[in-house]
Amino acid sequence: MKKAEEMQIIKASEIARDTVEMVLRNRYISQHAAPGQFLHIHVEGHTLRRPISIADVNHEEETVTILFKIVGSGTRQLAANRPGMSINALGPNGNGFPVLAQPGKTVLLAGGGIGVPPLYYLGKTLKSNGVKLISILGFQSKVDIFYEKEFSQLGTTFIVTDDGSYGGKGFVTDVLDDTGLFELYYSCGPGPMLQAMTEKLKGKPGYISLEERMGCGVGTCLACVIPASNGDGYKKICKDGPVFHAGEVSL
Amino acid sequence: MTNLSIQLPGLQLKNPIMPASGCFGFGREYSEFYDLGKLGAVMMKAATGDERFGNDTPRVAETASGMLNAIGLQNPGIKKILETEVPFLSDYGMPIIANVAGSTPEEYEKVAAAFNETDQVHALELNISCPNVKEGGVQFGTDPVMAAEVTEKVKRASNLPVYVKLSPNAGDIVGMAKAVENAGADGLSMINTITGMQIHLPSKRPLLANQTGGLSGPAIKPVAIRMIYEVKQAVNIPIIGMGGITNAEDVLEFLLAGASAVAVGTANFQNPFACPDIIDALPETLRKYGFHSVQEAVGKGIIS
Repeated sequence: MKKAEEMQIIKASEIARDTVEMVLRNRYISQHAAPGQFLHIHVEGHTLRRPISIADVNHEEETVTILFKIVGSGTRQLAANRPGMSINALGPNGNGFPVLAQPGKTVLLAGGGIGVPPLYYLGKTLKSNGVKLISILGFQSKVDIFYEKEFSQLGTTFIVTDDGSYGGKGFVTDVLDDTGLFELYYSCGPGPMLQAMTEKLKGKPGYISLEERMGCGVGTCLACVIPASNGDGYKKICKDGPVFHAGEVSL
Repeated sequence: MTNLSIQLPGLQLKNPIMPASGCFGFGREYSEFYDLGKLGAVMMKAATGDERFGNDTPRVAETASGMLNAIGLQNPGIKKILETEVPFLSDYGMPIIANVAGSTPEEYEKVAAAFNETDQVHALELNISCPNVKEGGVQFGTDPVMAAEVTEKVKRASNLPVYVKLSPNAGDIVGMAKAVENAGADGLSMINTITGMQIHLPSKRPLLANQTGGLSGPAIKPVAIRMIYEVKQAVNIPIIGMGGITNAEDVLEFLLAGASAVAVGTANFQNPFACPDIIDALPETLRKYGFHSVQEAVGKGIIS
């Protein structure tokens, strides 16, 4: 039977503008989490839990790292939690990224803003399997950048900013012609970015991770749905996703 | 020993707690958290004649002490529900209440009649109060003449007891309750959500794709209590109460106002164990306030 897990906050720090990194200790979740899955976190004084993707896992320390952006009262409240306190989470929820690539193959990771975090644990897992990685990370501005060093340790990493204050000026998709060859791509970011990615890389195998306002987070309430591209109704982002094959859903 | 059982038309409940329609799907997801057999009953997600895809997203928005939803009755349609969902739930042994929805009185009739084919459903909840569909739904629930017409049709079509789910958006809730009672309703369930809206500041537009949504959660509990309190005194059919219940104290409040059983909705999203937690806490809460049974508390809050 599934449980709601108490997770002890080990570390909490603001690593970029309004962007919080939290390291949480919980045996069950740390042993079961796969790249691309998320935690559905209860926030004191709020009706709905907040879905936050898993950015990293440390099996030995039994910790899970999450990153989130403070955008409203829920994430502000979540950010107010300090080390030593606990938060209540359901998870790991959803279907993550299939870790498909064979050793020696090259894979592209493309993340935009707060869509970058789930790609990190995926990248670490792929690299440990002997996969070569190229990453493109897009942010609004220099002050929003995080994990540049971490991704650079996984492979060649391109940074772009909307305003050109750091790295190339423009969008993640603007760099696609400069990366060299890759066999498979994984992407997570805002809707328009994923639309542009899947359009530009049409025909290439890829997986995308989606975000939507969620209710239950476990597949019951049908709040977070996306039309299936074959016209056969909806997919549930929380349960069937959040990761989908690039051609599976209609963005 | 506190007696939690309660008998209602078609329903022998071992306890008065059931998940509310639309907040529990057909039970599959929550069956991964606990044994559904523990529940007093289950109110299934709405069934319509054909599959419905529902509204565009965003479909939910959080509010102070509650949430707005505009799912739009997404469901696989009556045929699939009878084939796959009802048998799944039935294995747990608790009574099943099927929520019946539609765009026309004829669709309600057709869906209601389809549930005659199974002996695994014990009662119908007539959903004339969904605020999130363009046709039907709350339109029937805010006009007593139309509500009575749908109730009569469904009563004629069905072999099962019919609980009519009332909308708080009705101007005169007591008049509405009397109208459906006179039309043959065996019970009432109340309240459905209250129509609301949230404007998203960054886009300066309504946040929900449907623009309006149904407000649920603790924010609407006082409205539910008031309406049940008024209706209980005007009708002779039992009430299943709902609207923002999160704990056993809330349940007792509903019982005192006149509900004979209750449904838990939004609380399931925050706490998947909301229903079993409330069932566990209810005996002690009843004892604390001097009751030996659920039945004993029903309507005891009403000043006559």
